[in-house]
Amino acid sequence: MPKRTDIKKILIIGAGPIIISQACEFDYSGTQACKALMEEGYEVVLVNSNPATIMTDPETAHRTYIEPVTPEAVALIIERERPDALLPTLGGQTGLNTAIKVAEMGVLDKFGVEMIGATVESIEKAEDRELFRGAMEKIGLKIPESGFATNMDEVRQVAEDIGFPIIVRPSFTLGGTGGGVAYNPEELDTLSRSGLDASLNTQIMLEQSVLGWKEYELEVMRDKNDNVVIICSIENLDPMGVHTGDSITVAPAQTLTDREYQCLRDASIDIMREIGVDTGGSNVQFAINPENGDLIIVEMNPRVSRSSALASKATGYPIAKIAAKLAVGYTLDEIPNDITGETMASFEPALDYCVVKIPRWTFEKFPETKDYLTTAMKSVGETMSIGRTFKEAFQKGLRSLEIGRSGFGADGKDIIVSQAQIEEKLATPNSHRIFYLHHALLAGMTMERIYELTGIDYWFLFQMQQILDLEKEIAEIFASSVGNQALLGKELLKKAKKNGFSDRQIAHLTGIDDSRIKSLRKEMGIRPVYKLVDTCAAEFQAATPYYYSTYEIEDEARVSDRKKVMILGGGPNRIGQGIEFDYCCVHASYALEEEDVESIMVNSNPETVSTDYDTSDKLYFEPLTEEDVLHIVETEKPMGVIVQFGGQTPLNLSVPLAKAGVPILGTQPESIDKAEDRELFQAMLKKLGLVQPENGTALNVEDALKVAETIGYPVIVRPSYVLGGRAMKIVYEPSDMANFTQLAIDASPGHPVLIDKFLEEAIEVDVDAISDIGEGADKKTIIGGIMEHIEEAGVHSGDSACMLPPQTIEEDVLAEISIATKAMAAELKVVGLMNVQYAVKGGRVYVLEVNPRASRTIPFVSKATGVPLAKLATKVMLGKRLDDLGLTSEVIPAHISVKEAVLPFDRFPDVDTLLGPEMKSTGEVMGIDTDFGMAYAKAQTGAGQHLPKSGCVFLSVKDKDKEAVFPAARKFQEMGFDIMATPGTASFLSTKGVTVKIVQKVSAGRPHVVDVIKNEKIQLVINTSSGSRTRNDGYMIRRAAIKYGLPYVTTISGVKAVCKAIEALKHSRLGAKTIQEYNK
Amino acid sequence: MKALLALEDGRTFECRSFTGGGESSGEVVFNTSMTGYQEVLTDPSYTGQIVTMTYPLIGNYGINPEDIESERIQVSAFIVREYQDFPSNFRSTETLAHYLDRYKVMGVHELDTRALTRHIRKAGAMRACISTENLDPVSLAQQAKAIQGIEGVDLASRVTAQKPYFWKDGHPVVCEESPEKMDKKIWKETGKKFSIAALDFGIKYNILRCLESVGFEVLVLPADTSADTIRAMEPDGIFLSNGPGDPEPVAYAVETIKNLLGFRPMFGICLGHQLMGLALGGTTFKLKFGHRGANQPVKNLANDRIEITSQNHGFAVNLDSLDSDDFTITHINLNDNTLEGFRHKKIPAFAVQYHPEASPGPRDAMYLFDEFKTMIIKSR
Repeated sequence: MPKRTDIKKILIIGAGPIIISQACEFDYSGTQACKALMEEGYEVVLVNSNPATIMTDPETAHRTYIEPVTPEAVALIIERERPDALLPTLGGQTGLNTAIKVAEMGVLDKFGVEMIGATVESIEKAEDRELFRGAMEKIGLKIPESGFATNMDEVRQVAEDIGFPIIVRPSFTLGGTGGGVAYNPEELDTLSRSGLDASLNTQIMLEQSVLGWKEYELEVMRDKNDNVVIICSIENLDPMGVHTGDSITVAPAQTLTDREYQCLRDASIDIMREIGVDTGGSNVQFAINPENGDLIIVEMNPRVSRSSALASKATGYPIAKIAAKLAVGYTLDEIPNDITGETMASFEPALDYCVVKIPRWTFEKFPETKDYLTTAMKSVGETMSIGRTFKEAFQKGLRSLEIGRSGFGADGKDIIVSQAQIEEKLATPNSHRIFYLHHALLAGMTMERIYELTGIDYWFLFQMQQILDLEKEIAEIFASSVGNQALLGKELLKKAKKNGFSDRQIAHLTGIDDSRIKSLRKEMGIRPVYKLVDTCAAEFQAATPYYYSTYEIEDEARVSDRKKVMILGGGPNRIGQGIEFDYCCVHASYALEEEDVESIMVNSNPETVSTDYDTSDKLYFEPLTEEDVLHIVETEKPMGVIVQFGGQTPLNLSVPLAKAGVPILGTQPESIDKAEDRELFQAMLKKLGLVQPENGTALNVEDALKVAETIGYPVIVRPSYVLGGRAMKIVYEPSDMANFTQLAIDASPGHPVLIDKFLEEAIEVDVDAISDIGEGADKKTIIGGIMEHIEEAGVHSGDSACMLPPQTIEEDVLAEISIATKAMAAELKVVGLMNVQYAVKGGRVYVLEVNPRASRTIPFVSKATGVPLAKLATKVMLGKRLDDLGLTSEVIPAHISVKEAVLPFDRFPDVDTLLGPEMKSTGEVMGIDTDFGMAYAKAQTGAGQHLPKSGCVFLSVKDKDKEAVFPAARKFQEMGFDIMATPGTASFLSTKGVTVKIVQKVSAGRPHVVDVIKNEKIQLVINTSSGSRTRNDGYMIRRAAIKYGLPYVTTISGVKAVCKAIEALKHSRLGAKTIQEYNK
Repeated sequence: MKALLALEDGRTFECRSFTGGGESSGEVVFNTSMTGYQEVLTDPSYTGQIVTMTYPLIGNYGINPEDIESERIQVSAFIVREYQDFPSNFRSTETLAHYLDRYKVMGVHELDTRALTRHIRKAGAMRACISTENLDPVSLAQQAKAIQGIEGVDLASRVTAQKPYFWKDGHPVVCEESPEKMDKKIWKETGKKFSIAALDFGIKYNILRCLESVGFEVLVLPADTSADTIRAMEPDGIFLSNGPGDPEPVAYAVETIKNLLGFRPMFGICLGHQLMGLALGGTTFKLKFGHRGANQPVKNLANDRIEITSQNHGFAVNLDSLDSDDFTITHINLNDNTLEGFRHKKIPAFAVQYHPEASPGPRDAMYLFDEFKTMIIKSR
């Protein structure tokens, strides 16, 4: 049956901002879906609030709404667009939930919109625990025993039926807070009490614990003719108890016999049918008792997921693309398999390699949170690696993480730890556990003991033991004769490479220099070959060049004689380096295609659009290390490498690559160094007559104190060569200086710590510019966009909301900024993109930072102005002139665009929500309107802050802010809000004539503000604090706001903006308009 | 221990034996299943073949006493990328190396199996030798050239049962009666279960398990059992099993089948499918490199549904060689459009080229055993 012709216009709901557990994999799947449906001739309407996505590019859909992904906004869009169908299964849980709510509102019925892919009924059957249990029982499958309790009597009753250990899960909390595992009645008592307290409806679920069981996932596809295929099986290295998003996972499953695997396969198919997913992809999670093979269904997701993105990359089977085509009526045997070109999508991929996914965490950014891994996901990114053996893929994966490790230990970074420390770190899952496994094996701990502590399957432990045995074998050379390369024979070196050892590890183990290891290998002819990911284990010829490296005999790399450029991606997502950079890399690829240059993408991140096999002409799924990248360069010999788009990762590689003679396209490494090196940078500013806040550098704590003394407090302390404000702090007093300086030294060892005068209450401005080749007057630099930050300087630009065009900065200041930017572009010989951060105080412009590379704001600016900056920059790097590309002047849009950051505080229960110089946000949203207030309101709504139109505003601000908060308080009162405040703030406001109800601080006894919040008497929380002590009253208030899902503001500038937003919401109706209309 | 694989066309691959020294030869083929190596090893259809697994890590879950498809290992030799000597599975009782060693079958690893697979895909399945004794590429390739090929050889006779046996409660029970004396009294559950005479060309145990589980009493007969003997038994249905190699030289079985077609409902799998095809006047041919794996998509033309199937065959029935007036093409391979199943329009007989009994592989086509039962009921 061909595609449906009764539907013409399809609405796709995106996943909104990047949050923990819902990241750029949904840009990957959404983009695929949009492209697939456009290809089929449907009119595609998209709603997604996330500007950093390829999905929201004006070319990806016909009509793109960068509007909040809320039922109200979607309803509005449906009314405006009248689509024939709604596809809800590609926008993660957000997309699914929003679609269900829109359906419940009756909007779909009212406008005759058909939900395709999955019905409301099937979604509910999969999502509702009780319905799901019933469905599973009906087909003879088991799910963990469970029951609900609303008081302690019920807890005891339910516990009796289930038996220990029991998992306690509070209902309706964000991020699974307040739960845990109880092994005995005492623990159950404690956990249940805190769980009931944490739950918004005083209810907890008690569930049979399958802790320590083996965990598996199957990715399933079904078409409308009830054909079902399994795309991929995944086995988790970490057993049940660690969220699958926080687990190291392996594809395909390794320790199942065919008989057991077929049981999972049959169960998955039965589940698809019983739940009634009409068409598309789903994911089923299983737990298997390692003792006897007992099988339990953990959950099923009736939509594409993080795992389906991983499965797509692991197999070459594009699940989201196929799901979209199935949704419009195709069957699996009608859709070609792009990779082979000769077979159809109705098959099950066969892998002839092993895939390892490793999560990346950022606990270092949230020092108040314990580094434990539980059933609530904490990781912010992941890396995938492919090898012909597990050992090879595993070691590649560990070095792909970009956390300074070169493999499974043995890289000079191993630390000396005690037996007790090892045992503790093994027993409680944490972000470093994998390296403690190395410590344990090195210390001679038995596999039985390790298994007892971790529950990690013996098969994996044996693999690690083998790596360790080889490590010892290599290290013996060192022991026998330091650095004696004659002892490092060809066989051993080859064996090491086959087992995934990097040159760095071998160098460390043998005491031979890294570069000598490399030349030794060259002499012996040991170099990697590239093999194809082809979905069929070489049974058919593969048409799509998707490669990974390994050490074997046959190289399948098909090197063309075309002009070609290599793009280095950003590696695993982390806070500070995420989807925005992938967006730029993808655009580079698109631009190369337009210029008829072959594009070669190198990246290790499975969640991204850049690692889709059809984004670039060639894809190398490889770690972004010097060794791995140089190997690809040697094979492909590109005319140049683009390093300025992938964030800090490729930038850090630019110098070693240039040294190895690799041509870097665009801005040269010397310029990057000039911008990063404090002294060179100062000299440049001086030459150009620009100023920066007073500053100095220090290599140790002592010097740092002296510098701070000279400059005068407060100062900003930060390490050089890091992204995302890592270990960056504002220091107000000498007593804090030593501590923070040390942290900064540790974050970037060997580089000086930078100390700047902190400009209090300055406005921060972010500028993106593009510059082409040419000398002097011939060189052209165009401002891409000037963004005024809403939060004052001192809050990391990635965490600050900003607006484009600026709303409060005078014309002459803007002109000055523009001139300064162009002068620096010329001086730094920028070719491509550049980002500058300025602070404006008292009409003076200070240069804070210059980055001669793509910035996090490139996609936002491109969406706001309609100018595809990354694409243009790519062409500029190829030698095109801006004039010829048609970019002759800055584009200042008539509409106002607001970017707001989305923060992960709900995932980290103990962390303070105050913003500072260290970036903490995981994602961003965009709000567009012709009115600032409304644009800001949309951004807030998109970010999940539901601003009230009535009710009570609570204020508690530090003394310094009292004067500044008064106008807002008065405005709130005028708008009909009740005002509530803590005594200090209340008495100040009262004297100014604001009617205020006083509420106690937490420390002053009950009932206090948190009680009032809990009783839902407060609708908006405004709290500012100096932030020097975290466990104070302000902290309690802010955490309570998070816990109960209240909108909160922690800066005065934010208060002013929120005030305008609420005013806009009260006075005008929410509107929606496509970016194609805005940027006409 | 160092080993060498040499192909008849002169290409060689260095590798290592993980089962000790020795030498072995056969037709080298590849299988793309990611699980099920134990079933592959014991499948009699692999007789005379050196099997290379395309999935690189083999041995992971060890060997258990249950997942066997015959009483012994059938492959000539086994090639993997990285042998796993530390099985982890609750049912495992021994390692793969130990198992191979018990049956004196060579296992080699540390070989670029993908390169070998690509070579076979391009050049076709071919004769090969593996040795730890002769490591000279030229002479070992010569040796490979000298071995007998699979075409034109009756391999079924090498693996068929020597004596008839019943399949009962999941196990073979030898029938002491000599074939000449067999009549309908041979059946012990007449009236309770339908009786099936299964001609064994290299039958997989899981076929027998499936036949038993749909409620048949099954007697397995040597491949050369005569038509008269079978007629004398008066079974309710006749089953033609899978088996190794080329169907044409198994001419005696083709004659037997010709004789029995129409006598009782008949169901054939794999080699049984090819033999039935030949008996009905069709022709067969050798595929370039065969279908071996657990992900072969087959379309059931009766309902347009896709079955993901387990397959293991190097020969196939020519689709156009079957007279369309008498046949319904029931199944087609979606990868290469080869014939996967047919049904006779006038007499109760049907066959499939793939393995509905799976093992290893998906169980999408288990319904065929029920269809056989339905056919028997209808024809009574």
